[in-house]
Amino acid sequence: MWNTLSSIFPYAIGYTMPMLMAALGGLYSERSGVTNLGLEGLMVIGYFFSAMTIKLTEATLGANALPIGLIAGMVAGAIFSLLHAFASINLKADQVISGTAINMIAGALTVYLARTISGSGNVRIMMGIIRKNIPVLHRLPIIGQLFFTQTYWTTWICLLIWGVSYFLLSKTSFGLRLRACGEHPSAVASAGVNVHLMRYIGVILSGALAGFGGAVILITYSGEFNGTVAGLGFLSIAALIFGQWKALGILGATFFFGIATTIANVSQVIPSLKIIPPVYFKIFPYVATLLALVAFSKRSAAPLASGQPY
Amino acid sequence: MINRRRKVRQEGNTFLMAVSAVVLGLVAGALLMALIGSNPFSGFYYLFRGGLMNIERVGNTMATATTLMLVGLSVAFAFKTGLFNIGASGQMLIGGLCATIVAHKVFLPRPLFLIVLIASGLIGGAIWGVIPGLLKARFNVHEVVATIMMNWIAYWSVYYFVPAYLKGPSLETESASILVTQSLRAPWLTKLFHGSYMNLGFFIAIACVILVKFILDKTTLGFGLKAVGFNRYCAEYAGIRVNRNVIISMMIAGALAGLAGLSFYTGYSRNMQIGVLPAQGFDGIAVALLGASNPLGVFFSALFFGVLQSGKGFMNAMTAVPPEIADTIIATIIYFTATSVLFGRMWDSIFKRFKKNPKEEQ
Repeated sequence: MWNTLSSIFPYAIGYTMPMLMAALGGLYSERSGVTNLGLEGLMVIGYFFSAMTIKLTEATLGANALPIGLIAGMVAGAIFSLLHAFASINLKADQVISGTAINMIAGALTVYLARTISGSGNVRIMMGIIRKNIPVLHRLPIIGQLFFTQTYWTTWICLLIWGVSYFLLSKTSFGLRLRACGEHPSAVASAGVNVHLMRYIGVILSGALAGFGGAVILITYSGEFNGTVAGLGFLSIAALIFGQWKALGILGATFFFGIATTIANVSQVIPSLKIIPPVYFKIFPYVATLLALVAFSKRSAAPLASGQPY
Repeated sequence: MINRRRKVRQEGNTFLMAVSAVVLGLVAGALLMALIGSNPFSGFYYLFRGGLMNIERVGNTMATATTLMLVGLSVAFAFKTGLFNIGASGQMLIGGLCATIVAHKVFLPRPLFLIVLIASGLIGGAIWGVIPGLLKARFNVHEVVATIMMNWIAYWSVYYFVPAYLKGPSLETESASILVTQSLRAPWLTKLFHGSYMNLGFFIAIACVILVKFILDKTTLGFGLKAVGFNRYCAEYAGIRVNRNVIISMMIAGALAGLAGLSFYTGYSRNMQIGVLPAQGFDGIAVALLGASNPLGVFFSALFFGVLQSGKGFMNAMTAVPPEIADTIIATIIYFTATSVLFGRMWDSIFKRFKKNPKEEQ
């Protein structure tokens, strides 16, 4: 059992990080008062543009192309999220529909562009990140084997972003203003804060982080752009609700989904899990989310003004 | 959110707004074609030619439109009650799965068989739709998240069910083809449309357009559903049972999407592929929005999108434009429909310039 757990743990963490980034992006957006159903599409955008950038630069830059690809994915996500920001903040459009449109445009547009490059619509990069053990720390008993062996360097950046976001949202005046925009925008406006600007910042950050998450998928476990992130963006919205719109809750929820998905993926090769049909593992995260929604929705911590234009 | 959606709809002329969204979507498509160095005019020429150039292709377009029409009706029906059914894909899958099982296992005289087949798709979709409805009514779970989760549950259920019980002889990733006599295809229709995918589903879709229009406009049930959509608190105050209407609305929406799955998996195609969440479930949102949630509007916008979807393969064969251009155009149209306030304002200001305000004349 211990061997199984310690061997799948690095994969679970690798799977968690893109979801964590997108969910954190969703947190910024929802806290500022804009529902962002387009996380899935924004992840696809980051996924595609990082693949493109790495493909174009890897011949000359080698492994240095990877960080550039990460940044490209992030910037592309941020720029694309402006479509959603403009529709939901300036035009007061239905945010759920605008988010759905973002998902559909991203899915179609990236494959359209990818096809003109590769024909098949897949963009493969030469090499991703090589997993490494952290010196010294990986020899620690128990946690060394779980957290510090076979890690990607992006994992530490993601955790750093999470830490900064936690601090930014709960300990700074910027965070307070952003959260207030999602709870009671007219009160914040009367205190002299530009609600539209704060909401733009929230949505752009959500685009940047979701794009970053998409880029992380590419350079860690995928290695190839294939047109879809397979519902990971939707799962991060579920994690956002599961985590009750709190940074710490989101970390726990995404990790829960990460480990559930990893167990589902490897269940067929582990004898003790093989007796259970894989379909139960696969649908487990979604059923768990529905049950969590049932349990939490009576006292939901959702930002009050989320989804309402100002 | 619910109230605003209604208000936007009433501002300005819905028809003009729909046309503006379509035009802008096509312009965006033209720009994208030009971006990759193709001629937009020849691109659009082959796109529409591919959908309409002969009787067989018209039949294919109508068969494609059938599925879109039913999904569009599903989304539109939920919209009328202020609900957003983004789970039509999952409802399609389950409706299609039930119908495929019936087509494989049940052998009856043709008229009786068709009734059982249609009922199976309808019930499968209705069950998948009613669960989010119940969760919404009983526990106030947001239907958008619930239906997305239901989509993925359906996706994985089909992913494992089909290879286990309905496996085809050659491929692991799709079910065995059903017999033509066990499908919605009819020999006379196939002959009439020169061997196209045209099937009896089209008549089901037409019947549903009429039925939905009748329910919404002429029955107490429809009045109650729309009242909940306009203002649920007002409806509750007037004595309409809001929760019951939410459940019924999602159930009917699910049933319509289930019929879409029926028309797609046992009419348009004759097997189910695993690992695919049907894109029609999302295109249906575009159909409903462009049709302003009006059954007749849904009918025409489904035909329009049907042309785009069924012509894209031909366009791809004749030009260098990838087929995803059709999906991009549809997605862009959704975006412009969502932001239709912009056109509302634009058209209003244009009209004001032509028609002098009577108050100013005095």
